[in-house]
Amino acid sequence: MHELAVAQALVEQVDAVIDQHNAAQACMIRVRIGPLAGVVPELLASAFPLAAAGSRMEHAALEFIHAPIQVHCQTCGAETDAAMNRLVCGACGDWHTQVVSGDELLLESVELETTPSLTPDP
Amino acid sequence: MCDTCGCNLTPGNKHLAFKPVPKGATAVSVLKGLLAKNDDQAVHNREHFDRRGILAINLMSSPGSGKTALLEATLVALKDEFTCAVIEGDLETENDAERIRAKGVQAHQIVTGTACHLDAHLVHDALHQMSLDGVDILFIENVGNLVCPASFDLGQHLNVTLLSVTEGDDKPAKYPVMFRAADAMLLTKTDLLAVLDDFECDKAEAHLRNLANPAPVMRLSARKDLGMDAWLAWLRAQLAAQRARVAQGQSRRPAIQSDGMKYHSVTA
Repeated sequence: MHELAVAQALVEQVDAVIDQHNAAQACMIRVRIGPLAGVVPELLASAFPLAAAGSRMEHAALEFIHAPIQVHCQTCGAETDAAMNRLVCGACGDWHTQVVSGDELLLESVELETTPSLTPDP
Repeated sequence: MCDTCGCNLTPGNKHLAFKPVPKGATAVSVLKGLLAKNDDQAVHNREHFDRRGILAINLMSSPGSGKTALLEATLVALKDEFTCAVIEGDLETENDAERIRAKGVQAHQIVTGTACHLDAHLVHDALHQMSLDGVDILFIENVGNLVCPASFDLGQHLNVTLLSVTEGDDKPAKYPVMFRAADAMLLTKTDLLAVLDDFECDKAEAHLRNLANPAPVMRLSARKDLGMDAWLAWLRAQLAAQRARVAQGQSRRPAIQSDGMKYHSVTA
């Protein structure tokens, strides 16, 4: 439901990157996303064209890098995979863990197309 | 003006148009949190609160789990001790703000229209329409929704998530993003437990621990005045902690943003 707001924030950020690099448009946008970010990649993908309409990234491909859920156990020190609603240590079963991967919502990289160069008059 | 074909180029500005940019496609690494703009605004809001020594608490839950009833009882109980203020978030109506005002407490209603959550910008606009002088605790009652509000930092110090006993004790397992963000979980309407045979408070707590969340769990009924003392004591302790932080020039972010971030190889 809130994916449109996230898509709008994504468009704003990519727009800033395009400006920073004096590029013409973005052709590829990579987003790293984990299940615990609370944003559904499929919904973000369908919201993105609405948010990007008329912008310098309306033809860009949106690619997701799916971050796996992993936890670091404070008790035994192991780093293990975990399920979204069971963030306990896979080694010793303790719940005193920290999520080390799986809650990201990051604009990881953008591929830009620079302005086709108009050769200045000699 | 035309930026497409180059017809707006003149000898005077030509040097600006032909900046040395490599031809073709370039990949740029960004590694920035998608909600960076919201998060920046949230940091600004938190600075507002810290400067005034205010403790800001974000209340989240399903619609109808008793957020406003809890606030009504809490505001009455704390009336002589602290000055409180409330921001209400709902899709429509001023009903909740009016219920709060009826208790003699300042309330500002944010009507989100169709938006399913509050964000830092909405809260900032609300702050500018409120009088924060002398306020000790600001409660932000988020839109009733167990999904979206968890993803948006508002600038609060603490998240309090309510779970009413009529909803089912497995809600933390079903909505892990929301309950992972809780700094405290309140099991509400416990006076109804007597007539319910399918809600076990211990199970709800176990589901919360499975999310690696150490937050305290308090059981209460605001309407019947059961278990309110532990909640009020927790609020007093949190306000004292906030004042101690402010005195040392420190602040606190709610559960979700601070934990684990130091372990991440890429940070926003």
